[in-house]
Amino acid sequence: MNETLTELLYLVSIVSFILALRFLSSPARARLGNQIGAAGMLLAIVVTFAQTEVVGYGLIAVGMVLGGLLGVVGARRVKMTAMPQMVALFNGVGGGAAALVSLAEFHNRASGEGRLPTDVGIAIGLSALIGAISFSGSLVAFAKLQELIQGRPITYAGQQLVNALVLVGAVGCGVAIVAGAESEWLLVALIAGALAFGTLFVLPIGGADMPVVISLLNAFTGLAAAATGFELENNVLIVSGALVGASGTLLTLLMGKAMNRTIGNVLFGAFGKVVAGSAATAVSDDGRTVRATTADDVAIMLTYARRVVVVPGYGLAVAQAQHDVRQLADLLEARGVDVRYAIHPVAGRMPGHMNVLLAEANVPYTQLQEMEEINPEFARTDVALVIGANDVTNPAARDTPTSPIFGMPILDVDRAAAVVVLKRGMSTGFAGIDNALYLDAKTQMLFGDAKDSVLQLAAAVKAL
Amino acid sequence: MSHNATLVIELTILVLAVFLGFEVISKVPTLLHTPLMSGTNAIHGIVIVGAMLVAGMDEADGLTRVVGFVAVVLASANVVGGFVVTDRMLEMFKKREPRERNPD
Repeated sequence: MNETLTELLYLVSIVSFILALRFLSSPARARLGNQIGAAGMLLAIVVTFAQTEVVGYGLIAVGMVLGGLLGVVGARRVKMTAMPQMVALFNGVGGGAAALVSLAEFHNRASGEGRLPTDVGIAIGLSALIGAISFSGSLVAFAKLQELIQGRPITYAGQQLVNALVLVGAVGCGVAIVAGAESEWLLVALIAGALAFGTLFVLPIGGADMPVVISLLNAFTGLAAAATGFELENNVLIVSGALVGASGTLLTLLMGKAMNRTIGNVLFGAFGKVVAGSAATAVSDDGRTVRATTADDVAIMLTYARRVVVVPGYGLAVAQAQHDVRQLADLLEARGVDVRYAIHPVAGRMPGHMNVLLAEANVPYTQLQEMEEINPEFARTDVALVIGANDVTNPAARDTPTSPIFGMPILDVDRAAAVVVLKRGMSTGFAGIDNALYLDAKTQMLFGDAKDSVLQLAAAVKAL
Repeated sequence: MSHNATLVIELTILVLAVFLGFEVISKVPTLLHTPLMSGTNAIHGIVIVGAMLVAGMDEADGLTRVVGFVAVVLASANVVGGFVVTDRMLEMFKKREPRERNPD
């Protein structure tokens, strides 16, 4: 196939990827967009096969079948609650592939005559470095989320220094390569250093912060792919890598904003050290106490409400209660209650995760409302039903400048006429601080396992 | 085309693609951020093109082929897994189904 035609067909692939991302702006077209993207990928693969310089068809085909099978099995089997670790895994293998491509390309070029052009040296070094960091970092993130290793931050004295030294060592190898050194062991050492750095860098980050890490590593893999494009003078790699890099960066920043923390604080702060919640307080300083209630009372409140807003948190997903919540919502809707869901941007284990979990439970996406959209509506809401969410409903983030979470955007649950909190006990949330919402006069607590409580509520509503 | 001219064009493409990426991604609602992440994940699987080029080039020696082969396996898992899992998620996002319409 001639080179112009090849480039033009790659351009078609590029357009399909851009369309895939554009179509994600509406849930109705998103699936079509993804299929267009997949078709573009298939085209890019076919075009690459047709290139004259590619001859090892058999080997490539075997590799594709093997990798493809692994991908399909993983993607088909994964539970929606485990989506973050699946994304981490696929992200890691992509980064690993980019690093290996650089290794092969360097090996091949080093055996040829002539000095490596500086820009190609830089591209090879960057792609190997970033790709390998993404590979090992993603695997550690996967292991933490899958609970293969402890999710708690692993810290030791002088950790930052060790990490910095490993990174400097790897970058040093890269500088030598750019300067013209042709020993392949330099690139192998660079990749080994990058693998070690990726591991050491993610180990001290707590399990709850993994989504930010995964999103950042997603951007890394994109950049590694773009750098690979510079090595091979291939535009489709450059553009796709840049798109992914931009997307990962933007999501990382958005998540930081939704948690009211800088990315530096997430990556180096070991905020996740606060793992065990502090002691429970059921009485405030001025003597206000929490009010416990029963499923029957709540059922009456819900049934006679005009509007109920459900505020789901990760506790709901852990209890696997999303299907039961939807059944409760269906019962209420059958009685004419307007039911909506208020989704905080960091509800779940990755951005948008709660939406996926509720969509899996057949909640129509038109009922899933984002924070900005739902917050003004709380004033017109009769009952806010908080299930397994804590810090994202804490009014202290809005009203108490001394609170550690002050400034974090929250759902204004306390502006509803009544609040019912489904909760296991009085333990604190991830941030390890008390929630003033629980002491509010209009708040009632329904203690117990989220799934049991929701089932009891559904039974009580049915009986009314 | 000279090597430097090609490099400048490539850098131009990179910068424009980054801006385009920010522009397009900022229009994706938070509702779809998880599929966005797994969808972009699938797209960076495009590194499979690079893996195929190094694994298949005719002057490749044994080591290049082995490394290229492993890269093809990893990248294929990335591409296929990424698109399939994104499709699975997006399939679930539905408007209200007719059977559960309110009786009133």
